Amino acid sequence: MGGVHPAENKFTVDKPIEKLEAPSQVSIPISQHIGAPAKPVVEQRQKVKIGQIIASSSGFVSANIHATIAGTIAKFDKVMDSTGYKRDAIIIKAGKEEQEWEESIDLSDDLVKEVSLSREEIIKKIAAAGIVGMGGATFPSHVKLSVPKGKKAEYLILNGVECEPYLTADHRLMLEKGPEIIVGARILMKALDVDKAIIGIENNKPDAIEKIAELINGENGMMVQPLKVQYPQGGEKQLIKAAINREVPSGGLPIDVGVVVHNVGTAFAVYEAIQKNKPLLERVVTITGKDVKNPSNFLVRIGTPVNNLIEAAGGIPENTGKVISGGPMMGKALNSVDIPVAKGTSGILLIPNEEAKRGKMKVCIRCSKCVDVCPMGLEPYLLMTLTQKELFDRVEEDKALDCIECGSCSFTCPSDRPLLDYIRLGKKTVASLIRERNN
Amino acid sequence: MSQTILFTIGSITILGFLAAAILYFIASKFKVYEDPKIDEVENALPSTNCGGCGHPGCRAFAEACVKADDLSDLHCPVGGNETMQNVADLLGMEVEERDPYVAVVLCSGSFEHRKKANVYDGTPNCTVAHGLYGGDTDCQYGCLGFGECVDACDFEAMYMDEKTGLPVVIQDKCTACNACVTACPRDIMELRPKGKRDRRIFVSCINQDKGGAAKKACEVACTGCSKCESECKYDAITIENYLAYIDGEKCKLCRKCAPVCKSNSILEINFPPRKERPEKKDRIKKERPARAVKPIATETATLEKEAGVDVVEMVKKAKDNNSKEENSEDKA
Repeated sequence: MGGVHPAENKFTVDKPIEKLEAPSQVSIPISQHIGAPAKPVVEQRQKVKIGQIIASSSGFVSANIHATIAGTIAKFDKVMDSTGYKRDAIIIKAGKEEQEWEESIDLSDDLVKEVSLSREEIIKKIAAAGIVGMGGATFPSHVKLSVPKGKKAEYLILNGVECEPYLTADHRLMLEKGPEIIVGARILMKALDVDKAIIGIENNKPDAIEKIAELINGENGMMVQPLKVQYPQGGEKQLIKAAINREVPSGGLPIDVGVVVHNVGTAFAVYEAIQKNKPLLERVVTITGKDVKNPSNFLVRIGTPVNNLIEAAGGIPENTGKVISGGPMMGKALNSVDIPVAKGTSGILLIPNEEAKRGKMKVCIRCSKCVDVCPMGLEPYLLMTLTQKELFDRVEEDKALDCIECGSCSFTCPSDRPLLDYIRLGKKTVASLIRERNN
Repeated sequence: MSQTILFTIGSITILGFLAAAILYFIASKFKVYEDPKIDEVENALPSTNCGGCGHPGCRAFAEACVKADDLSDLHCPVGGNETMQNVADLLGMEVEERDPYVAVVLCSGSFEHRKKANVYDGTPNCTVAHGLYGGDTDCQYGCLGFGECVDACDFEAMYMDEKTGLPVVIQDKCTACNACVTACPRDIMELRPKGKRDRRIFVSCINQDKGGAAKKACEVACTGCSKCESECKYDAITIENYLAYIDGEKCKLCRKCAPVCKSNSILEINFPPRKERPEKKDRIKKERPARAVKPIATETATLEKEAGVDVVEMVKKAKDNNSKEENSEDKA
């Protein structure tokens, strides 16, 4: 159902992942995930090693945060992050002992295939490593792996769709770290106690499909599912529908249909955490744009200022209109280049002026294109009007909470109406009304 | 033929009476008793249905009044003391006079004081912009300037000042119905006591950043230096999160706090311009002049004209006036 076909613009497909030099100072926000912010467990002027825990999760839905460079805790301050607000962060200044890693971390490149830990131990270790959904939603992974009582997972689906234009981080990861991802998938399967895993990859990445298919040849219960190219094919619910033809009920979770979905990036992070004792310290970030001199895929330490990436990619083009964190469809425009890379930063896009501007809003001509493209089968034009008229009970009745905020409606609207902006507003209000009602 | 007509008329008439009898029976049997006082009270109310009293409309408020044993918890901010006296007379109860309230804007970050840091080209709506990011200046607490408070006002008591980009409350039209307070996603609007002779003093800032960061973002941001707190004799000023707040109930309008404020975040409304006292001349000269705001005129027309005057000029004028007066005193 629904979907759009934006221009792919994947300029960095052939660019191997490069390690970006660790910066001399990182600012690590204590809230990089959905849920409660982590609680700092270090003190000012304390020395830290790479991989040392600096803020611990403060609840079930929360995640640990680790030091990504060795040095001293310079200060606790409010730092602008990708939410557009200044929020609490821990700032670490690199010392001379730059290369000092936590002893337990295995830094070799050897592939460790044997999974020795038990189910509970795996989940515990994933939680300790502070792993969150690397696709961008940043939901703590250990929560997804703790299947609630009375429910049973049948399938693990690995999301290698990467349907957002421009981004190639997952694509490159699948090409270069395929074996690790497969082991990661094995670990996740063990944690979930499932014997079937499907890796969903869009048809526009034939090399990745081939590579992964070759790697899992002989592995029990795993298969690659090539998928039609359309946005948002990588949405959790859309992926489940496309891969195994099951529909997640309205207001439900994938586990309701026996599925747990994880991103391929998460599978790689899980591999590193379980087999190499390496917490989530770095991630692959695509930095690209039409006029960027040297668009690349960088392996970046979390907390590195976005500006460092831009410099490494050849500087900011003069005609840049917007700097976007994430993909062009769901990403967020940044209001500063000093914003640090967080666990969910999958890409940095430098969009030229002429493409960055929003069109002037015109009247709705009732063409119903937004209804056609909505992957959740909603009526965006109606939700927008209802929100504007503050009829929130009807916004709720019309299932605004099912909206996955993919932005297909705003993208397709010939009248340039900010449909998603208003739906998001309606969703937020409805959610708070529901909370009030339940209290 | 005529027989048919007569029969029709006759049967319809009988049916009519029958239906009337049934309706009368039902109406009297299942009658819902409503206190006639509710109608009377409702007629005494302003019928604006604004919800400022906390009830979903004037009728609901009237019902609450009739039900209540005393009127101490009930107040119609729009009608004010006069209306409440009428209501009390109707119900044969006593009512205490309440000080009137007025909405104030807790942000002075005009275009001049708060430099733009980026360009926002999204939906021109405060709540949408607030959900997206901190705003197009470096102050993530201040007014976004899309005027949702103005849209929410049912009494035309607010307008956006195009020169400052901030909303302005017309005090004589404001009924303190709370609509703007709930409309603002950043809690910039506040209801405060209107004050003696409509005079009031408040900190027109809600920036909770540390002093340096706040000052960098906006020239008139409160830095939380706590000078005003130590100056206040009545414990009306509290500092929390690097932000001063003046309790409108405790404030005695002594005007001691405003001159010590280095960032001019404290607004004095409807006070006459300050006169410099000759014996303390030296001390006062060192301090910056307070950001005195001209008395708000009763008529809207003049007010709108004056609203455009920028603050710096206003202060200059006030200074000039003072010096002139001084000169004339000297001569005398």
